[in-house]
Amino acid sequence: MAAHNTPVIDVKEMTKTFGSFVANDRLTFRVERGEIFGFLGANGAGKTTAVRILCGLSAPTSGQITVAGYDVWTQSEQIKRNIGYMSQRFSLYEDITVYENIRLFGGIYGLSRRQIRERAGELLGRLGLENQRDTLIASLPLGWRQKLAFSIAIIHRPGIVFLDEPTGGVDPITRRQFWDLIYETAQSLITVFVTTHYMDEAEYCDRLCVMDEGRIVAMDTPYRLKQQYGAQDMNEVFIKIARKEI
Amino acid sequence: MEFLEVIHVSRSFGPVNALLEISFTVHRGELFGLIGPDGAGKTTLFRIVASLLLPDEGKVLLKGHDVAKDYKQVRRIIGYMPGRFSLYHDLTVEENLSFYATVFGTSLKESAAYVHRVYSPLIPFRKRLAGKLSGGMKQKLALSCALIHRPEFLVLDEPTTGVDAVSRKEFWEMLEELRDMGITILISTPYMDEAGLCDRVALIDKGKLLQTGSPSEIVRTFPAKLYVIRGENLYSLLGRLRKSPEVKYAFMFGREIHLVFRREPDDPARWLGPLTGTVDGTFSIDPLEPGMEDCFVELMGKKEPVDGEENV
Repeated sequence: MAAHNTPVIDVKEMTKTFGSFVANDRLTFRVERGEIFGFLGANGAGKTTAVRILCGLSAPTSGQITVAGYDVWTQSEQIKRNIGYMSQRFSLYEDITVYENIRLFGGIYGLSRRQIRERAGELLGRLGLENQRDTLIASLPLGWRQKLAFSIAIIHRPGIVFLDEPTGGVDPITRRQFWDLIYETAQSLITVFVTTHYMDEAEYCDRLCVMDEGRIVAMDTPYRLKQQYGAQDMNEVFIKIARKEI
Repeated sequence: MEFLEVIHVSRSFGPVNALLEISFTVHRGELFGLIGPDGAGKTTLFRIVASLLLPDEGKVLLKGHDVAKDYKQVRRIIGYMPGRFSLYHDLTVEENLSFYATVFGTSLKESAAYVHRVYSPLIPFRKRLAGKLSGGMKQKLALSCALIHRPEFLVLDEPTTGVDAVSRKEFWEMLEELRDMGITILISTPYMDEAGLCDRVALIDKGKLLQTGSPSEIVRTFPAKLYVIRGENLYSLLGRLRKSPEVKYAFMFGREIHLVFRREPDDPARWLGPLTGTVDGTFSIDPLEPGMEDCFVELMGKKEPVDGEENV
């Protein structure tokens, strides 16, 4: 893509243990600028543990890890300011308005009042939500909420945004519109790190990493993974990996 | 007499029309799927079918019984698994199951043959608290409890939501076996790819039924001709396609663009050429057999403009 050579995420031998349980076992991978990187695995495979470390919310047991150029051991506060995060479960405050949410998160991410004003106008224009500025989030349809939550998660123009199952339960048209936003974001060189259970959604990613029992068991483009496992779609790849049929 | 008849059912909550004039039938022994996104009305409909909520208008007949009036008979016939995990976290696996058995005046022993397929993987964990089970195991326990009174009819509200692909596959395999035992199953799901696992489906969105039929019927009646465009840098191409007057709509589907024409060109490949002009790479355009999601997108588009833009 662009001439940036430093990866946005650089993980070497990352391990996290809870007592005798190894949640992440020597993970090593890189994610490049502007890449859409899919992080897959069954429930309990260790995805959430890894994402929490990458977001600066939890310390690893060992390993060398940088996110957006900052070290997770010593610079977790800088990491938090330079990433965006959105999940299906928690995204926006429902009992305040669209604009109040923008102001709140803009403030948390350290934007000035002027920046917040400018970017809010831009954001609402792009989503066609100018007339909903003073609407309570609770009264917005789910699809709009998710698009808005995503746009707010990148309002401070971070190097990377983490999306935790962003489109669970939404209708297929809204889901496609959401993915349009993701592509647009990646084009502007913000890296998108997605976890999802939708295997068809995995096909949208530039590259996929599949976790099983704390380890990375496969990492490649969707096309090459399908070739390697002789599978029609990613669902088949995922099931073959989980059942260790290779 | 049909096994289940849903007849012109409407239900609103204040100003929100959760269900509008819903009608469909489920045949005996069928695995029937209600497919739709969050907020479509699936849970409301299932609560009405399970006699837990009254419709504003219309009625539901189960083996000829009006579920609103004959709810006592109906509840013996139905095994209902609600969407939220509704078992007792502080009871063990076995205690939960005996509790449900007692409520229905039966026992685990009497129903053993019936629940065996679903319950047997849980036997090694029978002394474990239900709250300490993994997602997949909780799901199996909830299904075991729904089966404990040997119902003829299972009503399962989004049992596979948030569950990983492997556990989902196992769950569907279990449902097929239950169907083959003669149990009629009504299941809801937001995952379009699960529609293909049902004998028949009803597609629902915003309280309205879009279409009912077998998965192959629904795909066969796709009213337009669908094309797929493959190549690199598809996202750059997408914007141009949407601006073209010939295009009705175009969406990314994974690593492909799915497209329906408003006016179909004589030679789609020749038509595509100039549009891809300055975009790097080579592109192909071919007719494509639609999938369930394509059908859903097309059916939703009948009700509102679909152009990839916001429609307020």
